[in-house]
Amino acid sequence: MSKQTLIVIGNGMVGHHFLEQFTRTPAAERFEILVFGEEKQLAYDRVHLSEYFAGSSHAELAMATADWYADNHIELRLNEPVTAVDRDNHIVTTPKGAYQYDELVLATGSYPFVPPIDGKDDANCFVYRTLADLDAIRASAAEARTGVVVGGGLLGLEAANALRSLGLQAHVVEFAPRLMPVQLDGDGGDLLRQKIEALGVQVHTEKATTAIVPGDAARLRMKFADDSHLDTDLIVFSAGIRPQDTLARACGLEVGERGGIVIDNRCTTSDPHIHAIGECALWNQRIFGLVAPGYTMARTLAAALNSDPQGAFSGADMSTKLKLLGVDVGSIGDAHGQTPGARNIRFHDEQAGHYRRMVVSQDGKTLLGAILVGDNSHYDTLLQYALNGITLPPNPEILILPEHQGGAPGLGADALPETASICSCHNVTKGDICGAIDAGCTDLGGVKAETKASTGCGGCAALLKKVVDSELEKRGVAVSTDLCEHFPYTRQELFHLVRVNGIRTFRGLLRQYGKGQGCDICKPTVGSILASCWNEHILATEHVPLQDTNDTFMANMQKNGTYSIVPRIPGGEITPDKLIVLGEVAKQYNLYTKITGGQRVDLFGATLSELPEIWEQLIAAGFETGHAYGKSLRTVKSCVGSTWCRYGVQDSVAMAIYLENRYKGLRAPHKIKMAVSGCTRECAEAQSKDIGVIATDKGWNLYVCGNGGMRPRHADLFATDLTDDQLIRAIDRVLMLYVRTADRLQRTSVWMENLEGGLDYLKQVVLEDSLGIGEELEQHMADLVGSYQCEWKTAVEDPEKRKRFREFVNAPSLKDPVQQWTSERGQRRPELEVASL
Amino acid sequence: MTTKTCWEAVCTVDDLVADCGIAVWTEDGPVAVFYLPHRLPALFAVSHTDPFTGSNVLARGITGDLDGEPVVASPLYKQHFSLRSGVCLEDASVRVRSYPVLLDGDRIRLAVPVRQPAAVAA
Ligand code: SRM
Ligand SMILES: Cc1cc2nc3c(=O)[nH]c(=O)nc-3n(C[C@H](O)[C@H](O)[C@H](O)COP(=O)(O)OP(=O)(O)OC[C@H]3O[C@@H](n4cnc5c(N)ncnc54)[C@H](O)[C@@H]3O)c2cc1C
Ligand code: SF4
Ligand code: FES
Repeated sequence: MSKQTLIVIGNGMVGHHFLEQFTRTPAAERFEILVFGEEKQLAYDRVHLSEYFAGSSHAELAMATADWYADNHIELRLNEPVTAVDRDNHIVTTPKGAYQYDELVLATGSYPFVPPIDGKDDANCFVYRTLADLDAIRASAAEARTGVVVGGGLLGLEAANALRSLGLQAHVVEFAPRLMPVQLDGDGGDLLRQKIEALGVQVHTEKATTAIVPGDAARLRMKFADDSHLDTDLIVFSAGIRPQDTLARACGLEVGERGGIVIDNRCTTSDPHIHAIGECALWNQRIFGLVAPGYTMARTLAAALNSDPQGAFSGADMSTKLKLLGVDVGSIGDAHGQTPGARNIRFHDEQAGHYRRMVVSQDGKTLLGAILVGDNSHYDTLLQYALNGITLPPNPEILILPEHQGGAPGLGADALPETASICSCHNVTKGDICGAIDAGCTDLGGVKAETKASTGCGGCAALLKKVVDSELEKRGVAVSTDLCEHFPYTRQELFHLVRVNGIRTFRGLLRQYGKGQGCDICKPTVGSILASCWNEHILATEHVPLQDTNDTFMANMQKNGTYSIVPRIPGGEITPDKLIVLGEVAKQYNLYTKITGGQRVDLFGATLSELPEIWEQLIAAGFETGHAYGKSLRTVKSCVGSTWCRYGVQDSVAMAIYLENRYKGLRAPHKIKMAVSGCTRECAEAQSKDIGVIATDKGWNLYVCGNGGMRPRHADLFATDLTDDQLIRAIDRVLMLYVRTADRLQRTSVWMENLEGGLDYLKQVVLEDSLGIGEELEQHMADLVGSYQCEWKTAVEDPEKRKRFREFVNAPSLKDPVQQWTSERGQRRPELEVASL
Repeated sequence: MTTKTCWEAVCTVDDLVADCGIAVWTEDGPVAVFYLPHRLPALFAVSHTDPFTGSNVLARGITGDLDGEPVVASPLYKQHFSLRSGVCLEDASVRVRSYPVLLDGDRIRLAVPVRQPAAVAA
């Protein structure tokens, strides 16, 4: 059987993509393929056209090579435009000949619209679509100083940036009152304009060009309808695109009122042997001026030519996310709120230069569209909501509010796009996690083993668990809130059981309420609960096996197995004598010394056996443990306050020292940090702490539930102008409630966010005592404060406890041979390379 | 050289800490000895070297059981190792050496390979 002939007119992005797809299908065997291109060059990436000015060559932008065409037996005739189609006889004509076809594909793209203005054909007027256009612009720009782009849309702004990159003073002239009128609204357009003007591109809106004439100060003068004018050396028209349907019109194919070759869901035109794809095609009265819908059409047609019923073209999303002249711009769906009943939520920060608008349905449940200018970080999430019709949260504004105003992170794992990065150490996305679950992982451990997520720094553990839980739930797998396989209870329930039943050991709890031997999840959790309830020494014989290594040895383990030592320096205040002791000890044991971010000193590189010796010296000098290892109070940072600072209104150092001494040693679900500032200038950064205190001229303002770290959150103002006593009482209650009810490894911020009723509820319980437990909480705290002991002091005095600090019990004088040292900036540091995790 | 096993005495019961590990130095390098009094047998010994970092720390991990298997969690990055086989539960291709261990009076003995010069053939 002799082969049929398939002719493709147009060798642009979509035409080429079609060939790539089609040649892989069985039907390709039945056809000789012949391609005509008007341009001189083989299909190239038009989306990245501007990179041509930045130095990319055609070869770099090209989508394939001549060899690829030859290998696939495709005859490619470049620089040979088709001038006519004879549908009756199935013949296309070019200046060089006439060719017979059986099936014809039109992939002729679009052409830039140039408004009918006198003078538009001047040698220094251009469009911005092809490599040839860019060559011409570059030649003209060589002798020019200024350039104007007519049209302030997406492509116009890109062209303006190109002119700027060619060293011209660039102007944008727009007919509409604002930039990007299709994608943006007034406020968005105004903000974009400000940003672009700040970059040195001048924007002229509401200007209708009436004529182009020779200029005075430059080659050309643009005259505007309002009698003003602008002199420029060259002009680029970018006033929109029109589908290239000339051939189709001439041969009588059905075209749209405003242009475009009409196609059906299979990309076939009104002639069953002629098909159209890409920007020249009109589907459902719509033109798609983006490449992705064109590619979808290309795949649809390749399938259709194989009589494959799959994948009818069903439209495409036109949402866009761009960086224009370095400015983030995003537009999603019904950005202008044209859906009947649509409502708007806007966030506009003129200071930061961020504008965000959400268009939501009348019932407030679905996101119809959105506009973003200045910051696209919300784009992915919003797009997910809009594309998938995900029901919006009851307070949808959180999706566009900045985080410190209660924004975005309140989102469930559900709303995260598949592409969201969950674990940055191992580059694991939500999609990877879903994949692992679909491949058979049914719990967190399985997902971790499969994807490696959360096996690096571990910082992503909470988020990973959220995503895994929500994905498992979605698949109908019951998600257990059990602490682990040994205890079918939550931390909060266990806390209650321990307290109410007076249970004092892990074994006791395990016997009554658990099974098996325990693990590294439940042991430290129960250890912390026991400490919060009864405050016995963490190295008491029955508690030792419960502690994480850092607690067991009351120091933080470093990557080579040595430890760091952080003595408490309450409020950051230290005498010269104590500083000297730190220096002497560090010198004696050759410890790397560093000032921490928490206003104290960290001494690194002590071996296990050195720890008690070092602490003996530190304790003798009046130091106590700093609990840098514990899930407990870390530091209370202070500013200098009223004793020295000219602005201070209260003694912030004294208060910080008081707080640090009061709450030191308090074991909690996670670490707790505090700070006290002496006035509203806030030098102690109290608003980034779990407990933040800021002096007022009447007393203290209390802030709660802030933190830095992985997901920073500003603390919330909790109560104002408190006396010292009121302040302490409020902090006692907040902390005790947190200790009793939070989940393991949950910091105060997440705890509060997950409390039903949130901040208001917390205020009721603490300030109004709505549950009537205020006194009990205070009493519990008083017991803990009263039973404080410096863990290190007790440990060094007890020979039994000291026995634990032998590196090798049978070789006391042996130094661990893997601990190799080198020196850096005059101090010692481990040489050990950490093997891949 | 040939390798032969010997029962090396490494410590006494007094050195053990219930539900915890201790580290000893042997002919075969650093070994972690665990004492889990609520199991039978109650003694386990695996290499003290964390294979993921090369640091000698495994004796300082938290012990327990997962699905009935006695394990220790590395204190550095928390992978679990079976105390019986030394296999890593998160990545079965990784394992630490495990050693037979026995109680002899109040002494703990480990079966460790000892390198000895080969007998010279006559
Ligand atoms: C030493 C220090 C860095 C420094 O040289 O400045 C430090 C070092 C460590 N930080 Fe930190 N953090 C230090 C201040 C901070 C701060 C800043 C601050 O406190 O003002 C933050 C952000 C503020 C916050 O926590 O809200 C901070 C956020 C973290 C986090 C993330 C917490 C979060 O909620 O996202 C971790 C991981 C964790 O705790 O799970 C962490 C964990 C760690 C650990 C304990 C990691 C570990 O387990 O090995 C580091 C070991 C310290 C050591 O070996 O002694 N460190 N860390 C700082 C000690 C302060 C102190 O005197 O106690
Ligand atoms: C500067 C610039 C930036 C862009 N940025 C983006 C972006 O960020 N994102 C995005 O999605 N899209 C972008 N686009 C749009 C994207 O390039 C187009 O959607 C895509 O190129 C359309 O592909 P096509 O094959 O339909 O048309 P084209 O790529 O234009 O190809 C059509 C080809 O057909 C040829 N032709 C026309 N008539 C004939 C004839 N009679 N005979 C022979 N050959 C003929 C033309 O010369 C042309 O080579 C951008 C476009 C430009 C110009
Ligand atoms: S917060 Fe106020 S009192 Fe404290 S140091 Fe800063 S300016 Fe001074
Ligand atoms: S971010 Fe996942 S382990 Fe570090």
